[in-house]
Amino acid sequence: MNKSPWWASESFWRKTAVWVTAGMLVVLIFLTFDTVKKITAGSQRVPPYSVINKRIYYRLNPKRGFMEPIIGDDAPLFGTRLDEVEAEKLVSSGKMTIQAKNCMNCHTLLGNGAYYAPDLTKAWLDQGWGSELVREQMMVRFLMDPKTNGRGYGTMRRMPNLNITEKEARGIVAFLKWMASIDTNGFPHNFKTIPQEGDQ
Amino acid sequence: MKYSKTDYSTLSPGKKLAVKYFVVAIILFGAQLLFGAIAGAQYLHPGLFYNTLDFNVVRMVHINAMVVWMLYGFIGSVYWLIEDEAQTELVGYTLGNLAFWILTLAVTVVVAVYLLVQIGPGNQLSLWLINEGREYIEAPRWADIGIVICMLIFFYNVSATFMKGRWTGIAGVLVLDLVALAGLYLAGMFYTPNISIDQYWWWVIHLWIEATWEVLVGCIMAWALMHLLGTPRRIVQTWLYIEVALMFGPGILGLGHHYFWIGTPEYWLTIGGFFSALEPIPLVAMVVHAVYDAGKHDFKNRNHPAMAWLIAHAFGNFFGAGVWGFMHTLPQINLYTHGTQWSASHGHLAFFGAYASINIAMWYIAVQKLRGDVPFDSRLPHAWRWKWALALLNIGVLGMTLALLVSGYEQSFIERAIEGSTWAGYFKAQTAKWFVQGMWWRQFFGYATIAGYLLLVWDLATIGKTVSQPASGADKLPAHQPAVSR
Ligand code: HEM
Ligand SMILES: [Fe+2]
Repeated sequence: MNKSPWWASESFWRKTAVWVTAGMLVVLIFLTFDTVKKITAGSQRVPPYSVINKRIYYRLNPKRGFMEPIIGDDAPLFGTRLDEVEAEKLVSSGKMTIQAKNCMNCHTLLGNGAYYAPDLTKAWLDQGWGSELVREQMMVRFLMDPKTNGRGYGTMRRMPNLNITEKEARGIVAFLKWMASIDTNGFPHNFKTIPQEGDQ
Repeated sequence: MKYSKTDYSTLSPGKKLAVKYFVVAIILFGAQLLFGAIAGAQYLHPGLFYNTLDFNVVRMVHINAMVVWMLYGFIGSVYWLIEDEAQTELVGYTLGNLAFWILTLAVTVVVAVYLLVQIGPGNQLSLWLINEGREYIEAPRWADIGIVICMLIFFYNVSATFMKGRWTGIAGVLVLDLVALAGLYLAGMFYTPNISIDQYWWWVIHLWIEATWEVLVGCIMAWALMHLLGTPRRIVQTWLYIEVALMFGPGILGLGHHYFWIGTPEYWLTIGGFFSALEPIPLVAMVVHAVYDAGKHDFKNRNHPAMAWLIAHAFGNFFGAGVWGFMHTLPQINLYTHGTQWSASHGHLAFFGAYASINIAMWYIAVQKLRGDVPFDSRLPHAWRWKWALALLNIGVLGMTLALLVSGYEQSFIERAIEGSTWAGYFKAQTAKWFVQGMWWRQFFGYATIAGYLLLVWDLATIGKTVSQPASGADKLPAHQPAVSR
């Protein structure tokens, strides 16, 4: 077999493959540590679960050039203030219900999931709930009986009845409220929010 | 009916196992298409199976069947080629056989529970027993553990066989790749209320399909080119290393294109955009490699359907993953396409082009052996069957891809750009005329795909049966052919 130039030889590319892979893995591991620190609940980008005690806005930040969540005054969910532990428990029960009911195979969360139903990233802030005063109750009622309370906006698509209990529904609402407070680098872009007290 | 040339009993242990895996893969492929057709129909007739077999269940079965049949296909392919590559008989046939039956039983139970139980109350038990509710890795936790055990057995069989026999370049890449594949799966098994952390790890999926699976099919491709064309080992192995370097180089940090909008820091916009934009490079290289090799041998080979599917793989991988992936991988574009039918368009062409195609090529290689090694070339009777199966499957998937792309564009414009992604905006896009048209065309091409599948199954069941070429005929394998037959 005639000799190949070094840049076409098997051993050169074997070494390159090994070093490139190892190098990139190291970078990824380093970035992972940094990122996980920055997205742990209670960080700047991902607020603590007790944020459900506050009003959450989604507004344009001209400096960053996109919309970001703003945390406002007290507005406890279902009128009850929760401490951090209780809040986490409630949000977690919502998250667990969202998984057990397989919501993600119709909806998207943070834009990931299926495309048969609307994105839930900022569902808490959606104008569809009417007004701030009735939102929480509307959401709970809808989740427990979507067949009756759902609106297909002109499609025949309706959410099925998933046997969600009132307790589970409250957890889901808490989870959605908390999720709306995550800084998602401006996704979804230009979202039009429900009017809330304190809006300019 | 007598299968005169199907000499399954005379196959070597590895190849016997491979055939079993292939059969289940073909069945699950059919299930994938059936449930895909139902899911597509539900977009058009939302009342279909409402509150009995809802879209979320149908889509989950559609996607899980696909991931699992492809894994079966890959395991089968590795079992098929390992004895030729290691030049020794498979170590651990009994264990491998056991793993096959455990895995198949587990898959059956999981699907039955998906269909019959569907959902549970919001507690840990539901995630352990029914489904985990995370896209692509819905399998309940008990099944995760079973899958990992079966993968470990597979991994043991593969590395032990190479250890006993011959250790080649392909062997090295394959074994390391399987370690990464199993390790990634383990990393996905946990629960957290924090959706950002959840989705950070959830994208182990990316490192599967855009790194470890790509390299796995690279190994299969390398072996198949040697097997079909007699391409020298030095060349295919050098290409394999180049591919690994070009794939893992950008592909690992290309992961960042899933970290634009899930709460992760802004530096991912730059890193993810830059590295993932480089991901198509190895896919171009693969096209060059496959077409050049085939051309260099004047496309002379004894298995035309397999060769055609390998070429389809090279192009499908390039277009589906490379071009369709690139189109929405920059954050400036992804802000509008994220979470729309765009992703579905890309997903269809990428999975089919990159992974379905090469599995089908391996099925043709296997079935040739089962029919007593008769040539599958221009003298083959009923050749229209494989040609039409190839055409219908490719046109069907490409048609679906283009239809979904039109719908995806409409959705991005209307829902994302104009309406700002509210619920009302979502439905405004879903009822837009051109969006709906796209959905109808997707359904039409979906049926074309199913027709292609049925033809494929028929062809695999019958191809070469009426050929009475002696097994060791005048036209043997190409000259460079490494020792295959035992
Ligand atoms: C054979 C390899 C590939 C397969 C099978 C594949 C498959 C998929 C699938 C199924 C999704 C949808 C995820 C979801 O939202 O549920 C996806 C997303 C994506 N893929 Fe790929 N892909 C491949 C390669 C690539 C490559 C090489 C690129 C870049 C050049 C790419 C870019 C993207 C992007 C940007 C998304 C994100 C969509 C979003 O969530 O906004 N993909 N891929
Ligand atoms: Fe990706």
